[in-house]
Amino acid sequence: MSNNKEESVKKLFTTQSASVNTNRGESYYAELYAKCQKRLDELKQLKPLNNRMDFLESIEEEGLDRRDFLKWASATTAMLMLPASFTPLVAEAAVLMNRVPVIWMELQDCAGNSEALLRSDGPQIDEIILDIISLEFHETLQAASGHQAEKQMEEAIEHFKGKYLLFVEGSVPLGMEGYYGTIGAKAETFVDHLKRVSKDAAAVVAVGSCATYGGIPAAAPNPTDAVGVMDIVKGKPLINIPACPANPSNMVGVILHYVLTGNVPELDSLLRPKFAFGYRIHDNCERRAHFDAGEYVEEWGDEGAKNNFCLYKVGCKGPMTFNNCSIIRYNEGVNWPIGVGRGCIGCSEPDFWDKYAYERPMANANIKAPTGGVEKSVDEFGLGLLTAAGIGIGIHAAASYVAGKKEERGEA
Amino acid sequence: MAENNATVETTESTETTAPAVEEKGYHKTDANGNKHIIVDPITRIEGHLRIEAVIDKDNRIVDAFSSSTMFRGIETIVKNRDPRDVGLMTMRICGVCTGTHYQRSIEAVEDAFNITIPKNARLVRNLIQGALYMHDHLVHFYHLHALDFVDVVAATKADPKATAVEAQKWADMAGHAPAISGVADFKAIQDRIIKFVKEGRLGIFGNGYWGNNAYKLTPEQNLIGVAHYLKALDIQRDLAKMQAIFGGKNPHPQSIVVGGVTCVQDIQNPARIALFKQILKEGTAFIKGAYLPDIYMAGTAYAKEATDGSQAFHATKHKGTLGKEIGGAGGGLLSYMAYGDFRLDDTGFYKAESFFKRGIVLDGDLSKIHEIDESKITEDVTHSWYEGTGAPEHPYDGTTNPKYTGLEKRDDGYAYLKTDEKYSWIKSPLYDGRKVEVGPLARMVVNYVSGDERTKKYVENFLKRSGLPITVLFSTVGRTAGRAIETEMIADAMFDWVDELAKNVASGDLSTWQDFDFDEVSADSKGRGMAEAPRGALGHWMRIKDGKVSNFQAIVPSTWNAGPRGPNGEIGAYEAALIGTKVENPEEPLEIIRTIHSFDPCIACAVHVVDTKGKELAVYKVDPTCAF
Repeated sequence: MSNNKEESVKKLFTTQSASVNTNRGESYYAELYAKCQKRLDELKQLKPLNNRMDFLESIEEEGLDRRDFLKWASATTAMLMLPASFTPLVAEAAVLMNRVPVIWMELQDCAGNSEALLRSDGPQIDEIILDIISLEFHETLQAASGHQAEKQMEEAIEHFKGKYLLFVEGSVPLGMEGYYGTIGAKAETFVDHLKRVSKDAAAVVAVGSCATYGGIPAAAPNPTDAVGVMDIVKGKPLINIPACPANPSNMVGVILHYVLTGNVPELDSLLRPKFAFGYRIHDNCERRAHFDAGEYVEEWGDEGAKNNFCLYKVGCKGPMTFNNCSIIRYNEGVNWPIGVGRGCIGCSEPDFWDKYAYERPMANANIKAPTGGVEKSVDEFGLGLLTAAGIGIGIHAAASYVAGKKEERGEA
Repeated sequence: MAENNATVETTESTETTAPAVEEKGYHKTDANGNKHIIVDPITRIEGHLRIEAVIDKDNRIVDAFSSSTMFRGIETIVKNRDPRDVGLMTMRICGVCTGTHYQRSIEAVEDAFNITIPKNARLVRNLIQGALYMHDHLVHFYHLHALDFVDVVAATKADPKATAVEAQKWADMAGHAPAISGVADFKAIQDRIIKFVKEGRLGIFGNGYWGNNAYKLTPEQNLIGVAHYLKALDIQRDLAKMQAIFGGKNPHPQSIVVGGVTCVQDIQNPARIALFKQILKEGTAFIKGAYLPDIYMAGTAYAKEATDGSQAFHATKHKGTLGKEIGGAGGGLLSYMAYGDFRLDDTGFYKAESFFKRGIVLDGDLSKIHEIDESKITEDVTHSWYEGTGAPEHPYDGTTNPKYTGLEKRDDGYAYLKTDEKYSWIKSPLYDGRKVEVGPLARMVVNYVSGDERTKKYVENFLKRSGLPITVLFSTVGRTAGRAIETEMIADAMFDWVDELAKNVASGDLSTWQDFDFDEVSADSKGRGMAEAPRGALGHWMRIKDGKVSNFQAIVPSTWNAGPRGPNGEIGAYEAALIGTKVENPEEPLEIIRTIHSFDPCIACAVHVVDTKGKELAVYKVDPTCAF
């Protein structure tokens, strides 16, 4: 391992984790509330982009009553790290989501994030949200091909100039003058395509590991000189939602936040929304107690594995990885990688294929598993544990809500 | 076997070489009056695909070219890494057939290390893979393919009452209860669609081919299709959970490791097993009550084209095949190959009895199954953007270097493939010098011809109930039907597999991983993982030296199907399936995308890797003893 990497690992474990401020004081929230209210009032004045159906009506069609919907709104409010008083605004924002046109662009991708979007799990209403945002262009889903598809995109760019959100999935190859990827009858290179379509976007959202930091195509030796969107798109609000694939809850969260405030959510230094990437997998891991107690899976399928022990020694990179998987999990809370005893591969971090994605612990990671108890690890990990736990409780509401619904349906 | 199949008669190929007399936007017209059109992007697929088609004055496709326009280089990237980590990386080849590349790479390593995994691990992997088939096929039919048959706008004219009667009729034909049956349900869905259509901006349905005469369903049948499209969005979310229960998440599950699986907690948790079965039950009900009835409906509506021999590939100038005249529009090559999938016992790789069989059926000859000789698999780069010797090479032998020669750009910016030269990032794989088709239809044909009783039962049941002749299967709609029949077969079998797992765990067997001495086995070894992806035969080949991957190669289903011409003009499955087809309106490529979609393209998978720095790549020397 190079010195450089060693340094970065040391830094990771000696610096404070990203600050997640769950309580910014009354005046801050009062101001934000007023701002959101104003924003929603403005949105209501706008002519609907597509009044396909009334949102509450469609919720009812899905067998959800208003009470369920408010429960969902309340869980989402917590996920966005807003006080409970914002719940009605979040509910209203969800209703207004049909006013945000979205163009979804696929570059050097595997369609994994598109598939993840299909699994969107804003409890029970995922598909409705899909239906209700104005999805103007999405190669994997749209009916038209060829020049009819191209026309659809051109029209959307023109019609919603400066108003659409551009979601980008996949990395951008810069090698060979960009010709490792072309699209359309004019064989436009991906990089030119991205530059052109992002120009009139209100904001650009890079979804998944490839679009954010280059992902697998950019893994060593990066044969196509692939980069993430942030290396190409400048002078635009840009949000990174990494992970392989990105969790659909985080995609929906970003859209909701945008509708609610008209701004991008608060971001960390890697342009990730803090509401989702503000703490480590490790901070809220269900196997954390075993780490603290020094109980580990030593090899696959051993007694430790049968008892859900900590996966650190078989390569879990949860301590290095900022993401909310340990709280919201995947596929409507059904499971997650650590749940199936595999360990985290760090997929929301830049260069994780080269740094983290292997089934051994990091050499020289400088993590000393505490054997005598929990306390010491708190400082050692630079972790604002109390803060994180507070958020954890709030966000856990979302997961419990899902679990509750499942129980009602007799699935649990 | 040596006889060559589909080749172009070059003396006759005047259409493509004649000078263009009119060039406008995405098409040009040549001196013979043939239109040469570009369809790029092909949507509702995985990946980046361009099709160019030459359409004559009678609106018949006389030539077609398939080109992938993107690649990433994953085979290069996995080199020099620990073989145990490679599965996670190769899985990222594709997020749609997610998990299948993962399993193939892990199996290649296990084959190299001579590991036989525990029974629990085999069953869990089968369940993860089976869940993928169910999910993938359902999403393919409804969300990627159905809009080629179902006219969303026409559904607004349906009578909900008649729709309910119609839905009952097709469900009865399939022998199951309809997934949606109430008049009020159809009315509510229709109201939703009417609202949606009225306001003009159709989102993902915008600029579709609504009203095209190649949409043959009645308004009521269209409404059934739309209703099932929406319902399937819900169902697929649940089906994906089956993969997540034992895999951790979907897309991109994470519980498979060299030697077994990690989900030892999940298999001993009765609630997990129960949830899996519950979803399986609901998913199967939808497959039987919606997917299959819709296939009966579409099969009946499109039976004429499907059995029209004059639209078959073999009826065109692209002859040289031994075709038995069983194909119709979209039938294509009529030569099928499958590697087999789902091991049913614990005797190990390539020894165990498998659910899908391994073999080749040639030229529509349903009387004979040929054994696969792995040494006869070659790849050619005559028409691919790589340097090569001009002759087909064994995929593991020799070097692969990029040689992008670009497209022919016109002054107005539009660009055409240079079809006489190199025109795709996909290589051209051949079996014994021939092109073959892979996929669900290939699996059904191989199983059927192999005499598999289960397959015979399902296929014959379909033919009997639909009243359609067997020739209907060798067409665009037949390919789609083959996939549906397979889905039902797998769903039914999975009930047994999950019970087998529960029973084995209950008997006290908690073993999920086979230990091995990594340092010893990884010093110098090689292995391959050859089985099926939902889209067809998938092989990963790996050579391991001093604990690192020294070479890796994958030949995936869409490479077989979507590849460009071979060294002697051998035509691939996509191109062959298009040639001969009549189109209603050359301005609207509906028939083209319908046939291409029937293959369920996965183009990110299909593209081979290049080392862009021009370094030697893929020096996987063939050792005949390794491959067999």
